[in-house]
Amino acid sequence: MKIHIKNGRIIDPASGLDAVQDVYLAAGRIVALGQAPADFHANAEIDAAGLVVAPGLVDLAVRLREPGFEYMATLESEMHAAAAGGITSLACPPDTDPPLDEPGLVEMLKFRAKNSPGPRVYPVGALTWKLKGERLTEMAELTEAGCVAFSQADCPTVDTRVLLHALEYASTLNLPVWLRPEDAHLGKGGVVHDGIVSARLGLAAIPVPAETVALATIILLVRETRARVHLCRLSSRAGVEMVRLAKADGLPVTCDVAIHHVHLTDMDVADFNANCHVTPPFRSQRDRDAIRQAIADGVIDAICSDHAPVDDDAKEKPFQESEPGVTGVELLLPLTLKWAREAGLSLADALAPITCKAADILGVDAGRLAVGRPADLCLFDPDATWMVSERSLLSLGKNSPFLGYEMQGRVRYTVIDGHIDYKAN
Amino acid sequence: MNRNLQLTADGKLHHLLTLDGLPARILTEILDTAESFVSIGDRDVKKVPLLRGKAVFNLFFENSTRTRTTFEIAAKRLSADVFNLNISTSSQNKGETLLDTVANLSAMQADMFVVRHASSGAPHLIARHVAPHISVVNAGDGRCAHPTQGLLDMFTIRHYKGGFHNLRVAIVGDVLHSRVARSQIHALTTLGCPELRVVAPKTLLPRDVESMGVHVHHTMETGIKDCDVIIMLRLQNERMQGDLLPSAGEYYKNWGLTPDKMKLARPDAIVMHPGPMNRGVEIDSDVADGKHSVILPQVTFGIAVRMAVMSMVAGN
Repeated sequence: MKIHIKNGRIIDPASGLDAVQDVYLAAGRIVALGQAPADFHANAEIDAAGLVVAPGLVDLAVRLREPGFEYMATLESEMHAAAAGGITSLACPPDTDPPLDEPGLVEMLKFRAKNSPGPRVYPVGALTWKLKGERLTEMAELTEAGCVAFSQADCPTVDTRVLLHALEYASTLNLPVWLRPEDAHLGKGGVVHDGIVSARLGLAAIPVPAETVALATIILLVRETRARVHLCRLSSRAGVEMVRLAKADGLPVTCDVAIHHVHLTDMDVADFNANCHVTPPFRSQRDRDAIRQAIADGVIDAICSDHAPVDDDAKEKPFQESEPGVTGVELLLPLTLKWAREAGLSLADALAPITCKAADILGVDAGRLAVGRPADLCLFDPDATWMVSERSLLSLGKNSPFLGYEMQGRVRYTVIDGHIDYKAN
Repeated sequence: MNRNLQLTADGKLHHLLTLDGLPARILTEILDTAESFVSIGDRDVKKVPLLRGKAVFNLFFENSTRTRTTFEIAAKRLSADVFNLNISTSSQNKGETLLDTVANLSAMQADMFVVRHASSGAPHLIARHVAPHISVVNAGDGRCAHPTQGLLDMFTIRHYKGGFHNLRVAIVGDVLHSRVARSQIHALTTLGCPELRVVAPKTLLPRDVESMGVHVHHTMETGIKDCDVIIMLRLQNERMQGDLLPSAGEYYKNWGLTPDKMKLARPDAIVMHPGPMNRGVEIDSDVADGKHSVILPQVTFGIAVRMAVMSMVAGN
């Protein structure tokens, strides 16, 4: 398959390239920019006039809900939704049922994903058996089966000694560990940020120290073990500042934030909007502003969708009983563009946290638009506006706090491995 | 989400879910309406026909004696047909969802749901899903709101103090877990109470409680000094010993209301309690039964206030 993409505005965040040029794809690779290579006969042509041609997006947290939660969404539905969101590589957390703690489960997931259209799927294995935080998983075996990192998903480790040993073992094998900092006790039972909204609505709170206490523990253990740790879903200003210091100290840590935390605060929870029930919780405006700044100045490396499709039955409950999570693969791009517009950043800077910087954390060859790189591309109209609605979202999860919002920026084509995987109607 | 889920398009009360965000004119209208119902209890025939033919369902997902009974009396005095459902022992145990339960009862031609639920926001959820002609009255949800209790407390204060504009009010006890306190705070700040205090150890206060317009005190000595109204909150048994408080005895010693501490308040201060009381934990019997106490009148006024709320929401 050879594709000629013409007249598009090429943006490669890694190199800073931003120019109108043609792109030539062959055998799953980008073979040329600008001039066609000799003897290039395209099977397909895409006229990208008015479109941005960017590297395909890399999303560090997409729940495909398989195995175990097929009543919420299916691998096929969410892979398709992700492609429609311009995502060409995704990492899926191990919080399936059963969790991804055995090579067989990982191989099955990889097999299912490979035989389905859509993005490349990179499973994140469970750090401990059943995510219970007690017994280490067979990390070497799981890596062989296809895991790119190890995590506890949203299950905090209670026992600090187990965490220390997990980091020691992972660093022995030079495997990255992804941890969402949350103290198991301080966060227990809470559903919203400990602030004005929890005081008013009488909802059980998750205080900021639930994040910072866990972060302090993790950072001290990284200092001890030198394990490569990626910190997931920061939510607080204090947390961001701790990571800033850890990085300045030269510790091998990276971090990400979920795109909804870039835009929303605990005020959005009122009155009991279960679509704003998310872990970690939306925090104060100060926290949100610190997160926005930290992405711009690079303390936060990547932005992910933290995609968690949830069925209506699980959301249409009193807030504290509702299932946490936000559907997000289709909003990662427009919400990132919105942040960048508001922050006055260039398109290249806007795209870096959802392309090359995310790919570096994932440790795979993705997120770059250059000759020789995989032909994974996202072509979007940066000016097109559209309304987020249950109908406009392809994900089976309609649980978005942005329902009714107008988005600017819409994916027109998603090219994966040199094939047009998604084309907007 | 619509903050005025409770109001009709022309600004009248249709559901009563919380006192947070309700305008003073509506709070006052409820209190004035309740005033007209107080005397009904003294008549031989304690009934008015305002809700004749209407079906009121008391949906109590959490146990209650006093609140459910006073709602039942109020509905019956308004001539409604009242159905009591103690749901904690029926369909919810069979796995039916909250909204399915409500849909089934709606199909039985309900006109009003009086809802008590252990989860904050449950009545909001129901109100968003019921047919437009059905009204929802919150009889206590989680830690969020207990609006009729808050209103009957306002009625009591207005009855004894004539108004709110010159009052110093203290709410003492477990504000963190109290839906009653939240409703009282919203009502008192809306009705213009110039100095509202909360008095409790830090473990029993929400972190940002000041944002609700209250002054925080940690001792009774400063907290109830020169107060006109002292509202004591119930301390749940399960919270008396644990990681929030060491013991009921230590709590009583520091934050219990005793005749001695009453001397700090204004001589004509009134003492209120939403019940049920823990004598010897948050309040001394001599105070509970003493001359400052208006705890039993609160219960009586509760019927009139609930009649006012039910007649207003049904009429709008």
